[in-house]
Amino acid sequence: MALSLKELSKKEETFVSGHRLCAGCGAGTTFRQILMAAEDPVVMSVATGCLYVATATYPYTAWKCNWIHSAFENSAATISGIEAAYQSLKRQGKVTKTIKFIAVGGDGGTFDIGLQALSGALERGHKFLYVCYNNEAYMNTGIQRSGATPMGASTTTTPAGSASYGKPVFRKDLTGIVAAHNIPYLAQTTPAHWRDLMTKVKKALAADGPSFLNILSPCHRGWRNEMKDSINLARIAADTCYWPLYEVENGEYKLNYIPKEKKPITEWLKPQGRFKHIFAKGGNSAETGSTHRSGPNQELINKLQANVDKEWEKLLKKCNQGDKKPDLETVGT
Amino acid sequence: MTGNNAVSEAMRQINPDVVAAYPITPQTEAVEEFAEFVANGLVKTQYVPVESEHSSMSACIGSSAAGARTMTATSSAGFALMWEMLPIAAGLRTPVIMYVANRSLSAPLNIHCGHDDTMGGRDSGWIQIYSENAQEMYDNLIQAVRIGEDMDIRLPVMVSMDGFITTHSVERVDLLDDEAVRKFVGEFKAINSLLDVDNPVTIGACALQDYYTEHKRQHSEAIINSKAKILEVAEEFAKMSGRKYGLFESYKLDDAEYALVIINSAAGVAKMVVNELRAKGVKVGLLKPRIFRPFPAEEIKNALKHLKAIAVMDRVDAFGAGGTPTFTEVRSAMYGLPKQPLMINYIYGIGGRDIRLEDINKVFQKLFDVAKAGKVDKVFDYLTVRE
Amino acid sequence: MAKKTMNRHEMPIGSIIKDPGCSMQYETGGWRNLKPVHDNKKCTNCLLCWIYCPDGCIKVKDGKIAEFDLKYCKGCGICAEECPDKVKAIQMVEDKK
Repeated sequence: MALSLKELSKKEETFVSGHRLCAGCGAGTTFRQILMAAEDPVVMSVATGCLYVATATYPYTAWKCNWIHSAFENSAATISGIEAAYQSLKRQGKVTKTIKFIAVGGDGGTFDIGLQALSGALERGHKFLYVCYNNEAYMNTGIQRSGATPMGASTTTTPAGSASYGKPVFRKDLTGIVAAHNIPYLAQTTPAHWRDLMTKVKKALAADGPSFLNILSPCHRGWRNEMKDSINLARIAADTCYWPLYEVENGEYKLNYIPKEKKPITEWLKPQGRFKHIFAKGGNSAETGSTHRSGPNQELINKLQANVDKEWEKLLKKCNQGDKKPDLETVGT
Repeated sequence: MTGNNAVSEAMRQINPDVVAAYPITPQTEAVEEFAEFVANGLVKTQYVPVESEHSSMSACIGSSAAGARTMTATSSAGFALMWEMLPIAAGLRTPVIMYVANRSLSAPLNIHCGHDDTMGGRDSGWIQIYSENAQEMYDNLIQAVRIGEDMDIRLPVMVSMDGFITTHSVERVDLLDDEAVRKFVGEFKAINSLLDVDNPVTIGACALQDYYTEHKRQHSEAIINSKAKILEVAEEFAKMSGRKYGLFESYKLDDAEYALVIINSAAGVAKMVVNELRAKGVKVGLLKPRIFRPFPAEEIKNALKHLKAIAVMDRVDAFGAGGTPTFTEVRSAMYGLPKQPLMINYIYGIGGRDIRLEDINKVFQKLFDVAKAGKVDKVFDYLTVRE
Repeated sequence: MAKKTMNRHEMPIGSIIKDPGCSMQYETGGWRNLKPVHDNKKCTNCLLCWIYCPDGCIKVKDGKIAEFDLKYCKGCGICAEECPDKVKAIQMVEDKK
């Protein structure tokens, strides 16, 4: 049965108000949705990052579930130990309830410093869901680039300048890396697509083994957009195919959303201040970093568009949709 | 059996709920043997073969916070890799028990004994216990469970012995009955378990200027107070095993005029030299620290204050410091005495270099010279180095 | 409102918080410059504003929007923005506190 907001609104929330995430933070919306989707009690392990410092500042906590933070790069390793304790104590009859486990990291804590711990935990087959809330840079420490930062974004460690157009390389395909671990379930989604996100959380928590969600989580401080537009930007990310909504269930790729009309990448870039140098006069070309331009950096825009197109085509092939239309019902608005 | 055998036997008898460990020389045998116990159903343990030591300590913290008795083992570089997580395990008050095979740190790479690993972690907030031989290692590991898990302490404990020298030498070890160990360690008592879903807790919140100091003070108090509990546990252990332990071992110290302070296996060699010199009528003795954290400063001062001269020997350098770790601790403990013994400091045996009877003899000769001269000309030196 | 400052003896060990969801005692409404004004007559109770609010400020009762809890609302305006174009039942207005 499809999820209904009316039904969901009857549930007591597990992630509550009074947290100190920025106004308009995508993580706030994302984690309300994730915990609303969980049916069994959950235990969470959260990596250092915005979500941590803003929701568990002693003596306050915004969490009503059991919850632990230990460090930055080890959310998946910490949950491994908790899940192992659960397996051990359950076998001994000391714990009887069904409990689900969720490890959380930002893109820094997942794509970069936490990748080894994540890979190890996935390979060992612990039964847990790993959520990467991906806002495409180290936002908590002041917008430094990460392995998830897109090419061309200006961050504090890849600032656009007279000899730079921002981050000079493409982001890594973490979802692809996770898929190579052959775990039972993994997916990409965004909080704008609430039904898609929550359906995926339910599938992930029901999986018999590790599962993974890569959730594009808007950050207006780092993306430099108007805060009211945050959710809409996540929608545009899917409509431009910059952030496709898809899942891999027991090795089968499935596209969950095909935009009626694939929008140009500029619709994703333009509302965000981190890309504004691309559209300004006098900046640099993508290749040389030295030619002064009289208009937008068309060369870089073309390169970004070409990359989106290439990745989208690759994904379509993997999904082998054929004549089948994706199950649009699972997608939110 | 070897030291590593003794560790795996102790672990089998303790029968922890979870072990998360990564193999590293010279600890490897211990975790391999324990994995065999798991494979053959001899323990109830969930074994997590992690991908690194950073993850082993992270998993141990999670497991302990989830209400499971948790153990791990490491050495040298592995200890260094998990370093970030050591103060976190202690700060979160998760009573993880860790075996450490003492081994030197790179560079240059060396797989043999040095106390670089545990001495580097001496201020991480853990209780530290050192062991001269396999028997002590076995006994200490069993006692560590009771110490760390005590409701008034709740701190992780590391127990170490010398890499290869003790881990791989075959010695006689008296094992206790499984049932006796099971009774001695008792059931793990969880507090604020992450698996108690009816009483949710947030563990590891960030504490800023307003609360950090109070958290650290709580921790500091717990480790200082653990000294009395360590002695209580030792007493109970003695009743069961007949083997008695204190905060340190005093060997022929009472009427001694000269003494060595030396940790772990080299104390065995040094005792032989003490015996030889005693046979010649020279009043020498030895103090072997067992508990390094909390450091029993007052008790050590009282044990050493009557001496003429003391040599503190460490199996690790503390590059550029005012002496090696044990030396600075002991000398600080002696401060304020109306009549202070003369003190010198030697580095010996690093990278597994043999320490021979004649080397220890040389140190005693130096002590006699120092006492005769009434002053120390050179506080700090390397023993057995090619100059 | 805010919690009483504890001394070290009053604090559970290990920086553990035994009071789940106690951030409700920390009111973030003071951060706000704009506040949402909700028009009950226009509202179709689609609940999109509720599901997208990062701060869980919108209270739903029996499937209908019951309240915008200004104790926590930080004034981001996502609710007004996400309210469907045909409805537009939420206006962000200057909050003179």
